[in-house]
Amino acid sequence: MSEAEAYSYDAEMRKANRAKAVAGRSVIFKIKRCDGPGKATRWESFKVPIEEGANVISSLNWIAANPVTVDGKKTTPIVWESSCLEEVCGACTMVINGRVRQSCSCLINEYAPREGDVMTLEPMSKFPVIRDLWVDRARLFNNLTRVKAWVPIDGTYNMGAGPKESHEQQQMRYALSECMSCGCCVDACPQFTKEEDESKWDSSFVGAHAISQARYFNEHQTGKELKGERMDALSGAGGINDCGNAQNCVKVCPKGIPLTESIGAIGRSATMHAIKQFFQGKK
Amino acid sequence: MADEKRVIVVGGGLAGLAASIRIAEAGMAVDLFSMVPVKRSHSVCAQGGINACNDVARQQGYSEYQHFDETLIGGDFLNDQHPVLEMTNWAPKIIDLLDRMGVPFNRSHEGFRDLRLFGGSLFKRTHFAGATTGQQLLYALDEQTRRFASEGKINKREFWEFLWPIVEGEGEDARCVGIVAQDMRTMQIQSFRADAVVMATGGCGLVFGKSTNSVICTGGAASRCYQAGAWYGNAEMIQVHPTAIPGADKCRLMSESARGEGGRVWVPAKKGDTRAPKAIPENERYYILEERYPKYGNLVPRDIATREIFDVCVNEGMGINGTNQVYLDLTHMDPDYLTEKLGGILDIYEKFVGDDPRFTPMRIFPAVHYSMGGLWTTYTAGDYQPDAPMSGFKPGDPIPVGNEPGLGMEVGAHNNAMTNINGLYAFGEVNFAYHGATRLGANALLSCIFDGLCNGVSVVNYVREGDQRPASEIDQSVFDNAAKQEQGKHDRLMDSTSTGSGDQKLNPYQIAFELGEEMNAASTVVKTGPGLEKCLTKLDELKDRYAKVELGDGAMWTNQSLSFTRAVGDMIIIGEAIAKAGLLREESRGSHYRTDFPERDDERFWKASVAKFNQETGKSEIEFVDVKAGLVKLRPRDYGKTESSAAPAQKEAVGAS
Repeated sequence: MSEAEAYSYDAEMRKANRAKAVAGRSVIFKIKRCDGPGKATRWESFKVPIEEGANVISSLNWIAANPVTVDGKKTTPIVWESSCLEEVCGACTMVINGRVRQSCSCLINEYAPREGDVMTLEPMSKFPVIRDLWVDRARLFNNLTRVKAWVPIDGTYNMGAGPKESHEQQQMRYALSECMSCGCCVDACPQFTKEEDESKWDSSFVGAHAISQARYFNEHQTGKELKGERMDALSGAGGINDCGNAQNCVKVCPKGIPLTESIGAIGRSATMHAIKQFFQGKK
Repeated sequence: MADEKRVIVVGGGLAGLAASIRIAEAGMAVDLFSMVPVKRSHSVCAQGGINACNDVARQQGYSEYQHFDETLIGGDFLNDQHPVLEMTNWAPKIIDLLDRMGVPFNRSHEGFRDLRLFGGSLFKRTHFAGATTGQQLLYALDEQTRRFASEGKINKREFWEFLWPIVEGEGEDARCVGIVAQDMRTMQIQSFRADAVVMATGGCGLVFGKSTNSVICTGGAASRCYQAGAWYGNAEMIQVHPTAIPGADKCRLMSESARGEGGRVWVPAKKGDTRAPKAIPENERYYILEERYPKYGNLVPRDIATREIFDVCVNEGMGINGTNQVYLDLTHMDPDYLTEKLGGILDIYEKFVGDDPRFTPMRIFPAVHYSMGGLWTTYTAGDYQPDAPMSGFKPGDPIPVGNEPGLGMEVGAHNNAMTNINGLYAFGEVNFAYHGATRLGANALLSCIFDGLCNGVSVVNYVREGDQRPASEIDQSVFDNAAKQEQGKHDRLMDSTSTGSGDQKLNPYQIAFELGEEMNAASTVVKTGPGLEKCLTKLDELKDRYAKVELGDGAMWTNQSLSFTRAVGDMIIIGEAIAKAGLLREESRGSHYRTDFPERDDERFWKASVAKFNQETGKSEIEFVDVKAGLVKLRPRDYGKTESSAAPAQKEAVGAS
């Protein structure tokens, strides 16, 4: 499936698939496997009986208990990352039928409604594979450090309440705060490329999630104190100017975070930041 | 004032992060171990909120003291009282701190923190951030941790699995001086020195198979400490949530507001009726709660709803298509009204189940949710030492004690939240101290952060002021031997890699499945003596099979099967402690309900169960020790039955967590 087709595989289609799902069927899971960094990749297929309510996680669990391929070859359980299974932790992200998403909320009925339909599972494409579907997303968290994604409080001692905040402002910040650092936005982004060399991370594109988190903290009364430093980081190499406006990020974000709005807002802040620096004679 | 002494924190949920921040802030180096990137810890799943007295409630007559009193009643008086008083006194200050960290708490139109009503109180005392409070709190602490890590004050070791506490000495002199851990990617096993170790490893939901817990909540870490000599308190106290969505992979919460808004609970009246729900006419449906409780119907309190649904399915076999599921039906109501009132939670159901509950009845079943029990811990009581315990407290009564720190527990005392092993602490859900026999909704997040912030100081003081030898001076052989011991266990498991004999009985996933089925059936909602005895027999069988378990993957790189298989053995051991303590507690209290002993028996059992692992026999030995009380007098837990029995389902308007 091409990227364009994958993106059009929308909610309506999934709903239609649900309605025609055949009970008691088996589905073929075609999984891209790799034993470790530097090892060759290979595909293995498994025929998985679909129980009621099955999703990708329950199917991978079934394979773990019955690790035999369609060719009758005994193999090892699939390796993948998971934690909450409620689509709030971000761990179980992978590329399913060509589109990056969480596997816990991926219902088989919506993707493979008929006997013998194929589910294709691949690791995320922009991060180094550790094994099978498990990738190393340390760079995502590094990018949060790059934009100083925190509120610089004085300390944990009792100093009274935080700043008062309007209902509207809270609603705006809440929409940004649900980012679970899953990495869907950067996996779908043409400007974010795979970079295994850790020393290059700080000059490579930071990605929509980190830009949006910078905005989240710039919008907090105390968080704002670091706005200048955040904008320094986002005005340099790998910052906001690297965004190519493909807008894939917002289409794949599982939490519906207004990422393109954040990119626009940070773009405006960057302009203001540059003007300010010019008049202060810093640049 | 940095010193060379180090503290290890195991677990990166709310408790572990709060502890790391507090200890690092005091200038002590922290090594933080977690099986997942800490931002993906189980704390993200909490939805409802976090309780604390606040300015509005205070002016209506509420107080920290009343929050304390509610927590004890909620826990059916099985909680140690002093730590609870300290926790509730700290609660408003903890909210302030989280607020300063930038947590997007919901706001009133004037811009103050908004509050919601939650079970167990008539006052609005629950602070919340949308429907993802746990996620928001965890992120705030994750951000502060990242800040400390960027300054080199916290050393995060993510994807490292805790294997064993390194304990030196015996009996009362036993002292924890480090841990053995394994890198889950490279499989390297290594020992780490520390002057104190904080376990913040959460609950053990996976012992019950599918629960509302995350896949990492095996209880494995707690079990390993238990096997190494740490005691385990109130193991039998396991909270079950009445309405969860049974999934093929886990159970997800369905908010109780679905009942509150008119949801009807039913099963087909004819056993084995396989027709689609809409095809079953009204007179061929059995409305369980309406028929058994004509007065309150679907609005009976949580524990009753849980028991009846369980009874109909497990004991009478009347669940939908013979499964452990019943309908929670909203389809008789106007879809637009449902969208307006329950939109968010109905969307969650549709996302994970694939049915629209406005038109198809939901399927639900109770699921294990929280473990009140955990590693046994002690503390030093604070300044509030009344001559006689306070009897029944009512709103408006004079408050017997202030809200300053140090009244409940002596803040910074070395032994606060310390296990029976010196220098080994237990924070958060893995600490048995706060919730007694049942946890009040929205108290879990509080207890986690409180442990980290308050008792983190105890860890620092113990390390700085204690007269024990610094860990750096302890002979290297102690650490080498511990690592060797774990390497040996690891290698034995690796050697068991299946040769393809195909004996499903020795498959670790099969053993875990049977463990979950047995524990769920015998040791959750409804317990009986014979049922628990049978359960213990089954656990013996599983233990025998586990001794011959066959690993499904022999890879020396990122071997998840190994990690899971190792945890299965530890889960059986914790399971045995849970079942055995439940068998010996011949009474009903809080979440522990014995049909053969339906009343609370304070004479015999106003006591904590304390499980000790016998390393010779490999079995649990249970003692009952007095609850540390003295502040509040024992009284019945009845919630003024007649007026308010119908209320709880309505009150908990959004997913109780």
